[in-house]
Amino acid sequence: MTNEAEGGANRRDFLHVAAATMGGVGAVVAAWPFIDQMNPAKDTLALASVEVDISNIAPGEAVVVKWRGKPVFVRHRTEAEIEQARAVPIADLVDKQTDADRVQEGHADWLVVMGVCTHLGCVPLGTRSGEERGDFGGWFCPCHGSHYDTAGRIRKGPAPKNLEVPVYSFVNDNTVKIG
Amino acid sequence: MAEWKATKPNNKALAWVEERLPIISLVNNVVGKDTPTPRNLNYWWNFGSLAGLMLVIQIVTGVVIAMHYAANTGLAFDSVERFVRDVNYGYLIRAMHANGASFFFIAVYIHIFRGLYYGSYKAPRELVWMLGLVIMLLMMATAFMGYVLPWGQMSFWGATVITNLFSAIPVVGDSIVTLLWGGFSVDNPTLNRFFSLHYLLPFVLAGVVILHLWAKKISDSGNPLGIDVKSGADQIPFHPYYTVKDGFGVAVFLLIYMCYVTFMPDALGHPDNYIPANPMSTPDSIVPEWYFLPFYAILRSITFDIGIPFTDVVIVPAKLLGVLAMFGSIILLFFLPWLDTSKVRSTKFRPVYFWFFWILVADMVLLTIVGGKKPEGIWPVVGLIGTAYYFAHFLVVLPLLGKIEKTLPLPESIANPVIKAAE
Ligand code: FES
Repeated sequence: MTNEAEGGANRRDFLHVAAATMGGVGAVVAAWPFIDQMNPAKDTLALASVEVDISNIAPGEAVVVKWRGKPVFVRHRTEAEIEQARAVPIADLVDKQTDADRVQEGHADWLVVMGVCTHLGCVPLGTRSGEERGDFGGWFCPCHGSHYDTAGRIRKGPAPKNLEVPVYSFVNDNTVKIG
Repeated sequence: MAEWKATKPNNKALAWVEERLPIISLVNNVVGKDTPTPRNLNYWWNFGSLAGLMLVIQIVTGVVIAMHYAANTGLAFDSVERFVRDVNYGYLIRAMHANGASFFFIAVYIHIFRGLYYGSYKAPRELVWMLGLVIMLLMMATAFMGYVLPWGQMSFWGATVITNLFSAIPVVGDSIVTLLWGGFSVDNPTLNRFFSLHYLLPFVLAGVVILHLWAKKISDSGNPLGIDVKSGADQIPFHPYYTVKDGFGVAVFLLIYMCYVTFMPDALGHPDNYIPANPMSTPDSIVPEWYFLPFYAILRSITFDIGIPFTDVVIVPAKLLGVLAMFGSIILLFFLPWLDTSKVRSTKFRPVYFWFFWILVADMVLLTIVGGKKPEGIWPVVGLIGTAYYFAHFLVVLPLLGKIEKTLPLPESIANPVIKAAE
């Protein structure tokens, strides 16, 4: 207690700070399990990939498959639709990606995208025949009016990004494996 | 400032309790005979007690429904239907709970507009106001999660849209959304945690209500004239005068509420929520419950990015901007006591603010209508104008008006509301 009079930090101050620091670190460490339990559990993470038989999807048609609880659109594009997507000047796009970036080489007629609007997650219309496809012939999200083109790129409306392209591969000419 | 009075109960048992825990004094001092209250409160002052009543109804009916509800995506929808069809009085209790949420919001929204009209947020009542806003936020979170529980189409897609709001946060947005979901989409883990929190939050809310009342006690109730209490002649005891008046309000309010519950239990709901949730197809249009519509309209009205003009550089993307506007519209209200620079509380004496108040009411009604429409035709533009006015009201009109408005002379006291001729 000698240097207390001199206004310097004394032993007791040091102990207070050290104890408070340890307590704080401890509280954060203790809180983490209670936060992290909210993240996807192991069984949720283990959801397998899906294989899609694409042999009977005619050009111009599309199907929806469920992967990880979300819809995935698999669309067989017509020549005209591919043309239409390739003709757009890149400068006109909100989220700048060429059509070639969004399909796999040699499979330009197949477009595989997540059926999840990048705005707030609705499922855009346009996959089943007869549904509205929006101003650009791709998809139309009815929730807040986002329009996607035939490459699944956002063209109009509040969505900020193109429809996400999931990880997928062609197992053979008739089968696509998503995931 | 209000003083606390110790109560001396005549009843032996009550006196015994009071000596050990002054809980009878507490009640007496906040809503009892030892609560001096301005004598001129009008019927707009009834809605606080009505909101309290609805909270109690929601908790009681909710606890009962939870005894029959199964929080599992495979069972939830059917368990609610079973409750309605097979459980004794289930149809009644369910209708009371679903409509109770609406009537809770009706009471609270009127209570808030009462506060806006009579300047109840001004010094020394800032904390009463802010605690009230905390209550409103808790209500909104609780109502939103409760609406997800029946696991219908609107439940599922409402949950999807609202949780996705958080993905607008830069960098960590997507991780937060995954954390909220406990998976890659709204699914069983989401339903389970929403149920847990939906059960918890009303009790937290009840705790904040106690703080709200405590702060009210300290600063005294406001009153329609907005002037401070000068003497005992300005006041009457809360009990029996206002307990009786509140009781009358309760009777009228319950009558209207029970009309909905018994004659048109689904009038305020959306028919699509009677379709079980289907993650593969979005309903034609996703409409939140009516009490969220103005905020939903604000969210949707922003469809432009903020960036550096004539370049492609985007600083705030539209999606983030919409989310910020929506949350901002409520956060803004926390600053209202300082944004409104007028010294005069009651709109009675603010002839210009009077009009702006009613324009704000009209604006909220307009936003409610826009929020329920599909974003087509003129609606997005109307929504944008409504949103712009909302923010202008609080950020431009109120600060300026307080400085330039010529207010009317205030009465001398509540007991003597006649304005004395200038001496
Ligand atoms: S979710 Fe698709 S436009 Fe908003």
